[in-house]
Amino acid sequence: MAQLTFTAPDAATAILALAGRLDAASLGPIWGEARRALTRNPDRSIVVDCTRVDYCDGAGIALLVELLRAERAPEAAVRVEGLREGFQRLLDQYDPAEFRAPPPRREVAGSFIERLGRAGRSLWLGIYELITFIGEGMTAVVAALRHPRSVRWRDAILVAEEAGVNALPIVALIGFLMGVILAFQSAIAMRQFGAEIYVADLVGLAMTRELGPLMTAILLAGRSGAAFAAEIGTMKVNDEVNALATMGLDPVRFLVVPRVLAAVAMTPLLSIFAVLIGLVGGAAVMQLFEIPLYTYYSEVVNRVQLNDLMGGLFKSVVFGVLVAGIGCLRGLQTRTGAAAVGLSATSAVVTGIVLIVAVDGIFAVIFYYLDI
Amino acid sequence: MGADQVREVVIKVEGLTAAFDDRTILENVSFEVYKGEVFGILGGSGSGKTVLVRHIIGLYEPAAGRVFIEGQEVAAAQGDARLALLRRLGVMYQLGALFGSMTLLENVSLPLEEYTELPAEAIELVARLKLKLVGLEGFEHLMPSELSGGMQKRAAIARAMALDPAILFLDEPSSGLDPVTAADFDQTVLRLAQTLGITVVVVTHDLASTFTICDRVIMLHKQKKGIIAEGDPHELREKSDNPLVRHFFNREPEAETA
Repeated sequence: MAQLTFTAPDAATAILALAGRLDAASLGPIWGEARRALTRNPDRSIVVDCTRVDYCDGAGIALLVELLRAERAPEAAVRVEGLREGFQRLLDQYDPAEFRAPPPRREVAGSFIERLGRAGRSLWLGIYELITFIGEGMTAVVAALRHPRSVRWRDAILVAEEAGVNALPIVALIGFLMGVILAFQSAIAMRQFGAEIYVADLVGLAMTRELGPLMTAILLAGRSGAAFAAEIGTMKVNDEVNALATMGLDPVRFLVVPRVLAAVAMTPLLSIFAVLIGLVGGAAVMQLFEIPLYTYYSEVVNRVQLNDLMGGLFKSVVFGVLVAGIGCLRGLQTRTGAAAVGLSATSAVVTGIVLIVAVDGIFAVIFYYLDI
Repeated sequence: MGADQVREVVIKVEGLTAAFDDRTILENVSFEVYKGEVFGILGGSGSGKTVLVRHIIGLYEPAAGRVFIEGQEVAAAQGDARLALLRRLGVMYQLGALFGSMTLLENVSLPLEEYTELPAEAIELVARLKLKLVGLEGFEHLMPSELSGGMQKRAAIARAMALDPAILFLDEPSSGLDPVTAADFDQTVLRLAQTLGITVVVVTHDLASTFTICDRVIMLHKQKKGIIAEGDPHELREKSDNPLVRHFFNREPEAETA
């Protein structure tokens, strides 16, 4: 253990004797005491007597530096004496005066105007990057369609499997749940009017026009949008994106195009699947209300037109482009470090879902005026 | 240190075989490291230097054989015994492995905050002294990603030394350092080993640094899957009868003997 004794033989001098092991484990209690001994005696010259120090590691050296670094009058100087030669050499590596000032900190934006300016600029840069990315993406997709052989189809198929096929269970689960909830909640209300049969219309229309595509897109954003951002973000952090660029391979063509194409192909399929499972869920609930399966079926088929389905699928395609595009964009925008990858993935999901909701609203208005 | 003195064994590796699935990297490797020495693990790339170190510090479990640190078997240590063992070690990883979300000062302070009772200002000063030791004063509040690779490496060394461990493992500390900083760093390692009795295990293929700091080395070889030489690096350079070893120490191409 480390020990400290303070003695003041006369008015001008004092002795601070340290003894034992000065190491990180034992210094905690005496650190403050040693400092206070100095600050309480600003006019005495102080000798730090280390003759009885057996061991002194980095933390012990730090304590000595701490005692030596304080600014004091020349007649009240602090000296370290009696430190064993090896430890003295460790201490001599440092000039205590260097550690008087706190380490330099980076300037953080000062005034309100300056911060406003910075925020505005970063907002503009974000929009500018988005526009650039949309442009590059469109060019690359058009180029891919004109020269299908230039697309890395193998990557696209792998992504399609991961984002599409492997998403079936979760899409099925949520789709079924949607159908059941929708049917059950509306059936309870409609039974009061003896209108249970219209539950079929409600489930059919809501699933095909809105909920199927919307829910699929939100699941896609959470599963694959985040995955795209994390994967491309990690590649960015590891300089892999730069490696592609210096090989003359356009990261957008190489990384973004296969993902967007795969997502566009998969989203409508997943969406159809979700609608069908939702209808099955609705049918299951209808059995509880004693509506025969065939009645339910013919009501759905009569009520839901091809228009409704096509409108829903068209939305799905657009959602697929948005989710995959935003995932890739956030990945490519990743700064450095592990934390940045996490931020990119988060931002991909949040931006993806916000865009889905906004675009869905726009579609609702358009479909209303076009009477689809 | 004279050879006739009985020296305290700090690390003892007994018949260690390191394998991943069915790929064997090292076979039946045994050696000892003594207290207070600077021990070098040498060898070409892919010879299993890093794998060996990771077995010693208990990151990987040996396929066969045992590793003891201060008499305690590493793979068998669990719970508190394992924590106590790990506290005695400082490890610097090849790529730095600094925490990207923390500044340099926070990276170095982390072990001190978690393991000691020191007041905050003391922790800050200890961390600043460690950073000064590796020449990074003035960069305390920067994030690792804002530094060059060599600076990250130096910061990683500072973090490994934060608690003044009894055994310090350095995985290629000098690669990525400029010659002057590397030479300064060699002196720091020597000072620490001599004054505090710290045992340093250093993985390296920097010959100049090996000759300066290492008391003893072992040399691993990829094809032999084990140690092909052990001893004082100067003696190995002059006297080894193994051409592989002589080529390595004299920095000659291996082609003529292959």
